[in-house]
Amino acid sequence: MDLRLENISHNYGEIEVLRDINLEINEGEIVCLVGPSGCGKSTLLRLIGGLERPGSGKIILSGEPPKNTLNALTYIFQDFALLPWRTVSGNISLALEDHAIGAKATREIIDEVLSRTKLTEFADALPRQLSGGMKQRVAIARALAVRPAVMLMDEPLSALDSQTRELLLEDLIDLWKREGFTACYVTHNLAEAVRLGHKIAVLSRRPGQIRQLVEIDIPLEERKNHLDELAIKQQTLWELMREEALAADKELLSA
Amino acid sequence: MPDQNEMAPSKNRQEVEFRGGGFSPKPMAIIGPVVFVVIIALMEWGTRTGWITNLTLPRPSDVFKTFIELYQSGLLFEHLLPSLTRLAVGSVMGISAGIGLGVLIGLFTLIRAGLLPVVAAIFPIPKIALLPLFIIWFGIDEGSKYALIALGTFTPTVVSTYGAVDNVDRSLIRMGQSFGLSWFSIVRKIVLPGALPGILSGLRISLAIAIILLVAAEMLGASYGIGAYILEAGSLYDLERLFVGVSILSILGVTISWLIGRIERRLLNWRS
Ligand SMILES: Nc1ncnc2c1ncn2[C@@H]1O[C@H](COP(=O)(O)OP(=O)(O)OP(=O)(O)O)[C@@H](O)[C@H]1O
Ligand SMILES: [Mg+2]
Repeated sequence: MDLRLENISHNYGEIEVLRDINLEINEGEIVCLVGPSGCGKSTLLRLIGGLERPGSGKIILSGEPPKNTLNALTYIFQDFALLPWRTVSGNISLALEDHAIGAKATREIIDEVLSRTKLTEFADALPRQLSGGMKQRVAIARALAVRPAVMLMDEPLSALDSQTRELLLEDLIDLWKREGFTACYVTHNLAEAVRLGHKIAVLSRRPGQIRQLVEIDIPLEERKNHLDELAIKQQTLWELMREEALAADKELLSA
Repeated sequence: MPDQNEMAPSKNRQEVEFRGGGFSPKPMAIIGPVVFVVIIALMEWGTRTGWITNLTLPRPSDVFKTFIELYQSGLLFEHLLPSLTRLAVGSVMGISAGIGLGVLIGLFTLIRAGLLPVVAAIFPIPKIALLPLFIIWFGIDEGSKYALIALGTFTPTVVSTYGAVDNVDRSLIRMGQSFGLSWFSIVRKIVLPGALPGILSGLRISLAIAIILLVAAEMLGASYGIGAYILEAGSLYDLERLFVGVSILSILGVTISWLIGRIERRLLNWRS
């Protein structure tokens, strides 16, 4: 399914957080959102997923939803958001229990996503027994279980150490190769953005506006072999962001 | 120069001083019982040697003998059963109502704004002062005792429950909403389990209050029950029986606290 944001603006009281955002996320595409701290990326993601109402503008989903989708817009959170009192499979089943699909189908879906994320042997583990990377894998499995049309990922790798981040990034690329999911991916990390994004939207400091939309044509699976080009892209992005980040930094200090 | 380099480390050698540790009490199952045994042994020794007169403290072994007599006469259960029933009925009513209202106060703005001041106003009232009122409302028999214990456990349960609900991680609730869970599912599968640790630790306080109120109610109007037994012993200055009654209450309290500990370990084994 395609997702279109039309003239999205949003305020929190006096504070204008987002101004006139227009963005398209086409099916099978990963769109990265980068921008300085506090510019409204998480807010935008909450608006997209319907967790908050935009002050003005529209968010439109169009096209055929994936077969048997249970939750078209599905989040993957920075802090994993796993229920600590449920096991790995219990956490996945949480997302399925409210749908009348029957115990057998639920079981099958859980088994299937566990094996797709290589978590089968951890099915009965509690979140506290898992490392950060494993927890995020569980969250990814939970998201896959509801067969989302668009995945909304808010800095999914930020809470992880750099090695785990690299591993998980490769997993995500792998997953995309196999299943071609659609995603809106918020990140601070420009290296992640150029590895994963088909389009990268650079937001300005608050109020967040789209400063530029950078497209990267290299197919995801070949990016490993084009590190030079990616480095150049990353440098361009950084130059775009640098002033904004500097200014945003000073704003926070004076606030 | 090379000389100095060799000298320097040997001159200022100093082991790094340990300054961490502490601030993390660990469970130590053996110490508790040992303390009890020591206290009781001291009492026994003191009363036997005459260092403590029989008027000050009864001899523990005599207290124990009195307890055995009470058990053999069958009177123990005649006092214990009504007390346990009152405790169970009253606290189940108070705690379930308290958890219910606590969750509502934790979830709904209007209920919170409207009822929190009422709860705050009822909380500090010594409930025992209301016993005459309850006797008029619910009768001199069991009704007034149930009501007293129920009200006494109700308010602390409300306060601990809504606090526990407030403390449930909002990001988990957001997650539930983002997966399209119904309101009822979110409450049942996210809010309640998340609030359970706080609710259970509130339960310890509520049940201790319940025991205190139970005895107070039984002292003011009952022919059977631990409270009545203690009152009778006290008015006769029968220290052995008084201590038997008090010990039963202590044991009851410890048992309840142990039970809650067991429940916590079972239900909260997901915590590290
Ligand atoms: N619920 C809220 N009420 C009021 N202000 C809010 C709320 N949520 C966010 N804000 C403000 O809106 C601005 C944007 O917040 P947001 O979390 O979307 O930024 P972000 O780009 O995700 O930042 P970060 O990079 O630090 O994650 C911030 O200034 C924040 O203080
Ligand atoms: Mg954010």
